[in-house]
Amino acid sequence: MKTLISRGKSRIDKERLILAVAAPLLAIIAALVVTAVIIAATGKDPFAAFSDMVTYGSASDSQVYILNKATTYYLAGVAVAIGFRMNLFNIGVDGQYRLAAFVAAVLGGALTLPGWLSIPLIMLAAMATGALWSAIAGILKVTRGVSEVISTIMLNSIATAIIAYLLQPEQLGQLDDAGTLVSTKPLPKSSYFFTIDVGPAGQVWGFIVIAVLVGIAYWFVLGRTRFGFDLRTVGQSESAAAASGVSVKKMVATSMIISGAVAGLVGMPTLLNDSHQYDNSFPVGLGFTGIAIALLGRNHPVGIALGALLWGFLERTTNHLEFQGYDKEILGVIQGVIVLCVVIAYEVVRRYGLKRQQQRVGAELAAQAAAVRTDKQEVAG
Amino acid sequence: MRRVAKISAACIATAALALTATACGGTSSDNESSGSSSDSGKKGGVKIGLAFDVGGRGDHSFNDSAARGADKAKKEFGGDLKELTAKTSDTEADREQRLSDLADAGYNPIIGVGYAYATSMTKVSAKYPKTTFGIVDSVVNAKNTDSIVFTEEQGSYLAGVAAALKTKKDHVGFIGGVDVPLIKKFEAGYVQGVKATNPKIKVDVQYLSHGSDTSGFASPDKGKEAAQGMLDKGADVVYSAAGSSGNGSIEAVAGTKGAWAIGVDSDQYNIPGLAKYKSSILTSVVKNVDIGVFDLIKSVKDGSPKTGTNTYALKDGGVSLATSGGYIDDIQAKLDAAKEQIASGKVKVKTTP
Repeated sequence: MKTLISRGKSRIDKERLILAVAAPLLAIIAALVVTAVIIAATGKDPFAAFSDMVTYGSASDSQVYILNKATTYYLAGVAVAIGFRMNLFNIGVDGQYRLAAFVAAVLGGALTLPGWLSIPLIMLAAMATGALWSAIAGILKVTRGVSEVISTIMLNSIATAIIAYLLQPEQLGQLDDAGTLVSTKPLPKSSYFFTIDVGPAGQVWGFIVIAVLVGIAYWFVLGRTRFGFDLRTVGQSESAAAASGVSVKKMVATSMIISGAVAGLVGMPTLLNDSHQYDNSFPVGLGFTGIAIALLGRNHPVGIALGALLWGFLERTTNHLEFQGYDKEILGVIQGVIVLCVVIAYEVVRRYGLKRQQQRVGAELAAQAAAVRTDKQEVAG
Repeated sequence: MRRVAKISAACIATAALALTATACGGTSSDNESSGSSSDSGKKGGVKIGLAFDVGGRGDHSFNDSAARGADKAKKEFGGDLKELTAKTSDTEADREQRLSDLADAGYNPIIGVGYAYATSMTKVSAKYPKTTFGIVDSVVNAKNTDSIVFTEEQGSYLAGVAAALKTKKDHVGFIGGVDVPLIKKFEAGYVQGVKATNPKIKVDVQYLSHGSDTSGFASPDKGKEAAQGMLDKGADVVYSAAGSSGNGSIEAVAGTKGAWAIGVDSDQYNIPGLAKYKSSILTSVVKNVDIGVFDLIKSVKDGSPKTGTNTYALKDGGVSLATSGGYIDDIQAKLDAAKEQIASGKVKVKTTP
């Protein structure tokens, strides 16, 4: 009996490994096939498109672009994933990072401290703003039972309105020379985050280091601490967690706040490494990109990184596809297809694995029962 | 702990690998086979690169106006026209890429349609000193850049005068796409024009989206809703400066008897896509982006590229009030008088509400 279980376990592990690789592989192949069909349907050659994407995407300046974009996307993905692990759908990452970036930009423009002091202050201000903004949704959920999906969507709109109100020439904004672009006061040079110069290809944003650190922290806290264990438990079964003495409400509020704090960092690579000010051309919608990337990366720190890189690669290369005469809508189609394929592929593989397991357990039980029956017969006979 | 060390080692290795991979290998411009950008203007035809704002060709408005200028230049001089369009999710990097891609492929001039390109053009124009750039609605201080700006507030002032003279209920409306400074210029001029003609007229002002949310320039549904709201409240002339969202507002106005719509940027009476509603389009504040764009292309073709800030004002036809349809013929004398006052400097139109 004992040997049976242990043998079974090792086999399951091997199978689990195969299944784990099968899902993303299946998703990528399916996405490629669907995309190829779509491109062919528009009367273009899909293989020429793919080969252009690979050539253009592997150029050195494209790599810099992809790394820089992925830095932002990774942070957005992690912010969303923290909520996902708790079964919380933090759609508000979008509003949280924009409000955070705005507050941080205003603070950064006003500060005239040395960089080693002002940069951490700017980042802390951003994290605090993001955390406070998401705390509203968290508190509403635990005290009044308001769905975080609804409240965060609404908080997104409120954040947009607050920024629009404050980002006016007579408030905290200032007009450019042409009188068409309003921005916050630019950050002083001392508050710029460092960049890694890689020659003609451009500059890699130094914030990538922070993104990696956030990824490691995410992995460590979730997988190696009691808090992370509690968080995952609540995500899997609230009643079980409550029964084992975890305060579900406290966990919901805390993880919402942590998710918001990480969301506060999403705008920082752009602010500290690129734009150095908040204006109307500050990127929007990164929170929603984060949802797609967290889904793609299965909430896993490395998976999210791969998803973020893939997203950056797709944006870079499809921008160029438009230049080559392909339809510009192709990017949205490819991204949508990939997310769908990943979700479906994981579900298909999960069900297949479950079926295999059931079959095997069933077969083993049947063998056991048969063995018992023969024993009995032998005794009787 | 061993695992932590292993994972961090793996992370560092990956990062290092990524960076080394980045450092070597050619840039995408090395991969492009097309020649340098300097010679394109001379040999037959011009290679025009057009980077549109959100909405792109077919918005019946701002982008279309720029497209007309480029189309005309292409027809006259021959050559090649490449169009790229902005997405709402764009970042600076995307806009830079769009302009650099065009420059790499030898397009000259390269025109950024819309103020959103200001920052990226500052960077890209420095990288390609031999290419001429043009930006509409903003100012880029670079030696090789032509900043094409318009006095929208003056044209809008005339629209305000026309609205004030045509309203029967003493109640008019203004719909702005996004509450950015540029669109506020339209509002400021319009409101001033209305009030200067008849201070008792009520002006409703509504913006479709705010701040960084630029969807208000490309959401006909929002435009339609906003216009319907104003009509329901009793306004009977609605002026929209909202990119393609204005199409929705015109549609709503056309559904109400006796109400007038005022179009923007292009002469919307003559836009085929809006032909169904043309009997409701009183006039349009035409912003002759096409003239600015054409002038720039022509100057490049002639070998003496325009640079610096070129303001297209009311007095030299940079902005004007369209007369197609003949609905404002009866008040033309009063409009001419107002125009004269602005041209002579007697009336100074505000740029902020």
